[in-house]
Amino acid sequence: MDTMKDLIEGRVWTLGRDMDTDQIISGKYLTIIDPQELKKHVLEIGLPEFAAGARPGDILIADENFGSGSSREHAPAALKAVGIGAIVADSFARIFYRNSINLGIPTIEARGVRALFEMGDTARIEMRAGRITNLGTNRSITFPPIPHHLLDLLEAGGLVEKVKVELAQRKAAAGTPRA
Amino acid sequence: MSGANGGMTLAEKILARASGLDHVASGQIIEGRVDLAMMHEQGAQTVAPFHQMGAEKVWDRERVVIAIDHWVPASTEGAAVLHRILRKFATEVNLPHFYDVGNHGICHQILAEHGWVVPGDLAVGTDSHTNMLGAMGAVAAGIGPTEMAAVLALGRLWLKVPSTLRIRVKGRLGPGVVAKDLVLRALGEVKTTGATYKSVEWTGPTIERLSMPERLTICNMTTEMGAKCGLVAPDEKTFEYLRTIAKHPMHPVYADADATYERTIDIDVDGMPPMVACPYSPDNVRPLTDVVNEHIHVDQAFLGSCTNARIEDIREGAAILRGHKVHPGTRFIVSPASTSIYEQCLQEGLIELYTEAGAVFTNSSCSACFGGNMGIIAPDEVCASSSNRNFPGRMGPKEGRIYLMSPAATVAAAIRGEIADPREFA
Ligand code: SF4
Repeated sequence: MDTMKDLIEGRVWTLGRDMDTDQIISGKYLTIIDPQELKKHVLEIGLPEFAAGARPGDILIADENFGSGSSREHAPAALKAVGIGAIVADSFARIFYRNSINLGIPTIEARGVRALFEMGDTARIEMRAGRITNLGTNRSITFPPIPHHLLDLLEAGGLVEKVKVELAQRKAAAGTPRA
Repeated sequence: MSGANGGMTLAEKILARASGLDHVASGQIIEGRVDLAMMHEQGAQTVAPFHQMGAEKVWDRERVVIAIDHWVPASTEGAAVLHRILRKFATEVNLPHFYDVGNHGICHQILAEHGWVVPGDLAVGTDSHTNMLGAMGAVAAGIGPTEMAAVLALGRLWLKVPSTLRIRVKGRLGPGVVAKDLVLRALGEVKTTGATYKSVEWTGPTIERLSMPERLTICNMTTEMGAKCGLVAPDEKTFEYLRTIAKHPMHPVYADADATYERTIDIDVDGMPPMVACPYSPDNVRPLTDVVNEHIHVDQAFLGSCTNARIEDIREGAAILRGHKVHPGTRFIVSPASTSIYEQCLQEGLIELYTEAGAVFTNSSCSACFGGNMGIIAPDEVCASSSNRNFPGRMGPKEGRIYLMSPAATVAAAIRGEIADPREFA
């Protein structure tokens, strides 16, 4: 898996506020586990033209409370399968935020970001500097630094990779005979 | 952020214990030891990451519960496969506490009625309404399935200590006005984002008077406020409820008198009417008395879900239903929250009462609550529901309109065929 890039650029899709998980992946698709299948239905209710039109590297820019509702990881998993470059929102619902970071998707809370973009604009995100710019209008805003343990997670490529390293280290330590 | 040495809220106290620290403050990142981990069907997505992590065994099999509930018995091939993945995994890694078909129930209700979560615990589940278990005086929060894989492997997870929103309630609930009305009223004020990332601590004389089932209902819907967890401090009622069923020793903690709350909301329930959350948000709350005047036809009524399908709720509905029939233009679905509640309904003659009145009384499951199993509505239909969410698409089509209300009001709607005031049936 790719590790996190510091500079992310991509074409923008915009979304309104309170985009809950039912609108990202509807309840009727919850028995689907394969992300490649799920991505065909992603945002079917919230932004119907997205599933067919999205390209890897595209960036979602949403208003407040993105991903509210259920704990379904299907929602960020489907967006990851699309190859989403980043998800930026004025604010996130907490479980979505955790799930999305755990899957290794750059997930950024930037107050006021939605007002900066229109559908189809190009965004540039500087992860460590904490800045997002609309390359069309040249307007930008800053966001609070991403806490270092979350950057660690993103850099590791997500939670699976991080725990894998930890368990392997443990095993190695347990297997090393004491002097 | 609370001060370095200031008093701690209930959630802060619990997280301090879970992280082995004397003191934690909101905003701090901690590693918390997990006391209980719960999975439902979404846990099927935990299996692959668990293996990818290279994990071979679960950290503590006495602290893991699997309870399938969304599609029980399996209603689609996909659901059958999820169940199969979980059964296989439970056998492989030797997880004995699997509530399978026949012994099943809504996962949160299973945790409550079998005493899996006790005061002072840190509990996590692969479902957003895990918050409900905060009624035990515990921090109980929903997490995703990949995160659950890490919990199963390591027995811990990272948490940001939440700031606390205190909801202080006084006054007496009037006849026909119940805990559901109180939590809807609170949602109308806090809104769906008002407690995002926060802990909600319910306090005050009205909360102390609530029974355990009522506390489960109000903690359940802190999820709709965006909260990480919602808690009621443990008291004699909590200890009594858990006395014979607690699976682990209780270790109750309490908020300090000088705890720092980010915000306090005061609610006085004296004279409060029943409440309804109108489409399409649980915070679109209005007094039932206003909504009744609009004569909104109800195509389906649903008495079910983890919020309100306990024996007390089904009895509350039965008291309204006795002597009446379900309206001919309305379908009425009743789905108890667990198999043991189903059995209790059977013994008390409640299944007979509901079915004779024209309701369909189903086996225990999430049922119509989430629009993926059964009880789905047509795009131009209305459902009166005792559940907790009414977002677009929640019960199937995005146009379908769901009104959230108490069990008694749900039954009143089933009888009248429109949204009605249960107090008229007293
Ligand atoms: S009853 Fe509804 S809210 Fe509760 S766990 Fe099931 S689907 Fe979720």
